[in-house]
Amino acid sequence: MNESIVLEAKGLYKVFGRRPQEAVKKLAAGQSREELSKMGTAAVIDASFQVRRGEIFVVMGLSGSGKSTLIRMLNGLLPATAGQVSVSGTDLVGISDKALRKLRQQKISMVFQHFALMPHRTVLENAAYALEVQGIDRAEREARALKVLKLVGLEGWEQKYPGQLSGGMKQRVGLARALAAETDILLMDEAFSALDPLIRREMQEQLITLQRELGKTIIFITHDLNEAMLLGDRIAMMHDGRIVQIGSPDEILKQPTNDYVEQFVQDVDRTRVLTAGVVMDSTPDHVTAASLPGATTVSEDAPLADILGLAADSRRPLAVVDGDDHVIGSVGQETLLSALSNSAPAAESAAVTKAPGGDATDRTAHNSAEGIQ
Amino acid sequence: MIEFRIPLGAWVDAGVDWILENLAALFDVVKVVFKSSYDGIEWVLLTPSFPIILVALVAIGWLVKNWKFALGTAVGLVLIYGVNQWEAAMESLALVLLASLIAVIISVPLGILAAKSDRISAVVKPLLDFLQTMPAFVYLIPAVALFSVGVVPGVVATILFAMAPGARFTELGIRGVDKEVVEAGQAFGSTPWRILRQIQIPLAMPTIMAGINQVIMLSLSMVVIAGLVGAGGLGGEVVNALQRIDIGLGFEAGISVVILAIYLDRLSASLGRPSRAASMA
Repeated sequence: MNESIVLEAKGLYKVFGRRPQEAVKKLAAGQSREELSKMGTAAVIDASFQVRRGEIFVVMGLSGSGKSTLIRMLNGLLPATAGQVSVSGTDLVGISDKALRKLRQQKISMVFQHFALMPHRTVLENAAYALEVQGIDRAEREARALKVLKLVGLEGWEQKYPGQLSGGMKQRVGLARALAAETDILLMDEAFSALDPLIRREMQEQLITLQRELGKTIIFITHDLNEAMLLGDRIAMMHDGRIVQIGSPDEILKQPTNDYVEQFVQDVDRTRVLTAGVVMDSTPDHVTAASLPGATTVSEDAPLADILGLAADSRRPLAVVDGDDHVIGSVGQETLLSALSNSAPAAESAAVTKAPGGDATDRTAHNSAEGIQ
Repeated sequence: MIEFRIPLGAWVDAGVDWILENLAALFDVVKVVFKSSYDGIEWVLLTPSFPIILVALVAIGWLVKNWKFALGTAVGLVLIYGVNQWEAAMESLALVLLASLIAVIISVPLGILAAKSDRISAVVKPLLDFLQTMPAFVYLIPAVALFSVGVVPGVVATILFAMAPGARFTELGIRGVDKEVVEAGQAFGSTPWRILRQIQIPLAMPTIMAGINQVIMLSLSMVVIAGLVGAGGLGGEVVNALQRIDIGLGFEAGISVVILAIYLDRLSASLGRPSRAASMA
């Protein structure tokens, strides 16, 4: 197995029902899951993927697509009907209960949709739970849990009970519990879906920040494509139990493999998914032009939503800089518009194109804008 | 008319006879254990003078609930004493406590097993239904055959009759625990035993306590019936009153049962109430 692959699924099937093995054979022979409804419910059909060390791998699908079943097979909460899962080189098929518990303690932890905290225990005791299971003594596990609680911004709440916390805070405890286990792999099952939109946004941003610091391997399940696009280094799209496409957010957005994915992608808010770094022109000419003094600079991570206004007000293309403030490309109004085409509402396009008026310095952008009008 | 008779009664007779012949030693042990436990509890309740027990029971009421309940307890217990039923009431209380304790010790683990395994549940459920719906008097007959008259057949019949809700509520409670929390236990590598101890039982506790409350109430209702086989206590008083058509005595013993019942019910019900923190989750 490749060194950088920490989790691998090969031909995974999960069928609930009376004759699961028979159903798997028929599915493998190409029958649809509707034809097999008498034999059982096929929740996951022939799922194969590899997760690399340090990436956020998002499994995206609507309810009933099998994504929650899939994630539960990755740590053995549900045994696979057929196929293989290997976690850090350990094969989950035929593993003993004891070895499976050891694996869960040391390699793979989980964050749950509805938090799954123990209501009769304090925040600190909840956060320390994984360590308690590992047999670490009280003083040490509480010290470690306290550190992680601080990391997720819950300092001062250790002695409260979960019932006294808001949803977002509860999920922070859930995250702290999983992080305290210090496993390489983190499974997140619709971890932010039960939260209010504002809190969800906040948690997504916090996860991105934490991930930069910790570099975990995260498998994140969601039904929200915007969330998938925001968090995912790679996304697996699930539909009716099958993985229909695996790719980076950019690939999914630009080359959807089938109608289903394409339909989905139409609903994505591109201004939030695409970043300056993704749409910029990075040819040497553009870099040189953008490096001239006086250009407005934007970070390569900035979503387009944040730079639309700047682009509208600026006479020159925006200069895109990397983390060290080096100019690595430019984003002109023309570039922005073509990136947003297909999905940007008319009103938004108009707002962008009106601004340059007649005195745009970048002639091509001007022309192109007119072309769209 | 067709002559048709299934000798079910004869089979049960034969069964009990067989038990009497072959397992007499076992039943003697049970008898000694139950009798001495009962005597022990009765000794604790009856040796100190009335005011001491009164204060103790009122104090428990105050600690577990509030001053209003403590006051009500005091009034009720003084009434029992006033109608000259104190000794009988304490005998009945001893019987209820012993029978409930044993019924809980048997039924709660049974309920846990039933929650863990559908197969055990399928066996245990009809058995419990049988035990609870069989007219309570019927238990007294083999109980007397096996243990002769006195307190022990009363305790045994009470246990059999009162056990069902303990197991049923426990099963219900454990099965009703949030599946995701149990999954969390598994996902962090807990053993099933640790999950039972630290997650399932604590979260099922309010339901289990409701079952224990029911066990106590059923035990108390059985106490009067147990009076028929010489278990004494308030049941014995009721039986006496019945034989002599003594309406007054019957009422005095009856009201004492009611007071005891209210005390035990409110007490065990508030023990089952989840703590403040847990109830807010």
